[in-house]
Amino acid sequence: MGSALDLSRWQFGITTIYHFLFVPLTLGTVWFVAMFQTMWHFTGKEIYLKLTKFFGKLFLINFAMGVVTGIVQEFQFGMNWSEYSRFVGDVFGAPLAMEGLLAFFLESTFLGLWIFGWDRLPKKLHLATIWAAAVGTMLSAYFILAANAWMQHPVGYEIDPATGRAVLNDIGAVLFQNTAVMAFLHTMTASFMVSGAAVAAVGAWFLTKNRQVDVFRPAMKAGAVVTLVAAVGVSITGDLFSKIMVEQQPMKMAAAEALYDTQEDAPFSVLTIGDVTGDSATPIIEVPGLLSFLSTGDFNATVEGINDLQAAYEAQYGPGDYVPYVPVTYWSFRLMIGVGMLAAAWALWALWRYRRGRNPQGTGPVNKAFTIATPLIVLAPLAASTFGWIFTEMGRQPWVVFGEQLTADAVSPLLTTTEVWISLIGFTLVYAILAVIEVALLLKYIKQGAPEQVVADPYEEAAKQADEDKQLYFAY
Amino acid sequence: MDLVTIWFILIAVLWIGYFVLDGFDLGVGVLMPFIGKDDLRRRVMVNTIGPVWDGNEVWLLVAGGATFAAFPLWYATMFSGFYLALFVLLLALIIRGVAFEYRGKRDSQAWRDRWDKAIFVGSAVPALLFGVAFGNVIGGSPIAPLEGTTADNASNLNFVGNFFDLLNPYALLMGVMTLTIFTTHGAIFLMLKTRGEVRAAARSAALRVGLVAAVAAVATLLWTQAFSERVSITLPMALVAAVLWIGALWMVLKGRDGWAFSLSAGTILVAVASLFVGLFPNVMLSSIDPAFNLTVTNASSQEYTLTIMTWVAVIMTPIVLAYQGWTYWVFRKRISTSMIPPQPSAGRADDRFAATK
Repeated sequence: MGSALDLSRWQFGITTIYHFLFVPLTLGTVWFVAMFQTMWHFTGKEIYLKLTKFFGKLFLINFAMGVVTGIVQEFQFGMNWSEYSRFVGDVFGAPLAMEGLLAFFLESTFLGLWIFGWDRLPKKLHLATIWAAAVGTMLSAYFILAANAWMQHPVGYEIDPATGRAVLNDIGAVLFQNTAVMAFLHTMTASFMVSGAAVAAVGAWFLTKNRQVDVFRPAMKAGAVVTLVAAVGVSITGDLFSKIMVEQQPMKMAAAEALYDTQEDAPFSVLTIGDVTGDSATPIIEVPGLLSFLSTGDFNATVEGINDLQAAYEAQYGPGDYVPYVPVTYWSFRLMIGVGMLAAAWALWALWRYRRGRNPQGTGPVNKAFTIATPLIVLAPLAASTFGWIFTEMGRQPWVVFGEQLTADAVSPLLTTTEVWISLIGFTLVYAILAVIEVALLLKYIKQGAPEQVVADPYEEAAKQADEDKQLYFAY
Repeated sequence: MDLVTIWFILIAVLWIGYFVLDGFDLGVGVLMPFIGKDDLRRRVMVNTIGPVWDGNEVWLLVAGGATFAAFPLWYATMFSGFYLALFVLLLALIIRGVAFEYRGKRDSQAWRDRWDKAIFVGSAVPALLFGVAFGNVIGGSPIAPLEGTTADNASNLNFVGNFFDLLNPYALLMGVMTLTIFTTHGAIFLMLKTRGEVRAAARSAALRVGLVAAVAAVATLLWTQAFSERVSITLPMALVAAVLWIGALWMVLKGRDGWAFSLSAGTILVAVASLFVGLFPNVMLSSIDPAFNLTVTNASSQEYTLTIMTWVAVIMTPIVLAYQGWTYWVFRKRISTSMIPPQPSAGRADDRFAATK
């Protein structure tokens, strides 16, 4: 049947991954919408207003799912992980409360103003609302990532000997440690890869269909450029992040490499086959010295292996198994990198294909390949970010707070398997149904295309009408 | 005043804010099948809360997050203890949230009807369950130390009952109170925000449900005095709440919408405040043994965290109130059925501002 612990872990994994399918799209697309509206504001060119409306609608369809799945996240810490909550609340609760006060209020209030305020707010003020919402989403990401970073590398705290609970003593350390900053930069660049690819792919799809080309060419270009710049950003931050992790969570990085024995001039494994239990592995393709270099910047450096780390942790923390499940850690790390780069490759292809006003049509093999790849390409960075979260969370096991609390000790003590089965099945089913509905709606509205006509100044128009004759410009 | 007391008050403020604000959103949702006799009327109703419901719901997340930060043991014991009830609550909030955005996205009456049912269920269930949850906090629930441990370390205090323990008479009555109060509050909000047929229907609903709510509230608040730490304060507060409610209903009768809404909001404020005033210094009562109560002292975070969070709250809350208040000003105009443009999903790829002529 599975214990309440195992089921709770599955539930947390499923709900978090679902949440983080919608969130990267939100985090990036809101900036595209803000940019398109800003371009319209300053150039007056109608195509930008059309793009604002078009991508704004898609953004909102997706945002709703991000919000509702997010509520579950906040509640779940207390519901399934009450021992964790008791232990870390003094430290972890603070960034969560800040997220609500600074970020959630900002994004939700100003998004409401943006959706409904086209004819109620003067243009400049209305433009400001989408920027405020964008800032809100980014602040939200920062706070929750700082909280997660604390789980990976706890700082700014001490343990209260009387209660055994963690007690915060340095909020600056928690909010601004390098783990938090790097996690934020890496997550934001990854989100821009996801949304850049999404915007570019939608744009490119219209070009392949030769529809509304004047509107969607700029979108395709903007999305593709953002994807490429973000790809560079995600790689740089990923490299810096890995180096941080080698210092702070060497076992995670050793597992990511299936490196069982400490080595100087450690090789980078391109392919290693391990046994399913994760106790040993045989490298198949390796690049000598590269792991040492990637981990520390020095080809000759010593990289610690799983077996030595396990022995060291047993000496430090007592008997136990401190090794994460290596196959998942190894493969999720690689898939994150490999799959993610597919989007960058596609973006380069798109920019080359549509350079200088070209718009190749027809059924040749290249065109066919592009037409097939384009609608699917957003799945690549989305999968990559999922693998990234799987990697970082599974690689931290068996710890929920590295070095301080084991996941097995964090679950709510009196939770029954029945209760968790109910919620696990319930959330999974409801999320699955809603995800299908969301995707169907996104596809429907993509196919509909950008509005043919747009009202340039709804505020002015509304001001001219008498109250009794007024119609709302937009309504649910 | 010490930090834990300040934070008890701040948590109370956040919950009061949530119930005053999302209270009317939930109320409007509950009224969908009753006042919303056709699609146009339902659209009017949804659009009165359209711009503000999400910002209002955030008060719940901040209340929860602040409880986690300031009183982690309260957060942990309550959320794990009320597990299945919270699970149902979450499902309801999920479908409500998605329904607002998605209901207009397909040009099919069946589609809209299904989402409107989701809005109804997604509003009625939370309106009921919040009362039930609070009833178990105020009236006590089975809390005891884990087997083999003692209450000396409050981290051992857990909810040792089951889902059905939550459905006790006091808690259920409080659930009826919140359901009927929020519904009335929502009806009064509709009166304030609409013209014509919707407003008329809302007025009739406000009076009818308001009377039921009055009975439920009086019964609940009187029963609450049995659990109150200071009846000499909470009983007068309950009476003030009752007077405010009568005032609200009288203003409804007289058609003074703004006053009615202020008074219904005031009632919720005073009633919820009285619950917290009677609870202090406890945060969760144990129905097994008062030695097992969670209190502001044994459930709280330490001074450093509380100090930081106080700064954040003191700076941010007025700012948030200011811009949320501004939103209500921006959308102050009343809505009627004649003002609703064609459904966004009506298959036209333009968003022309349609004149009624």
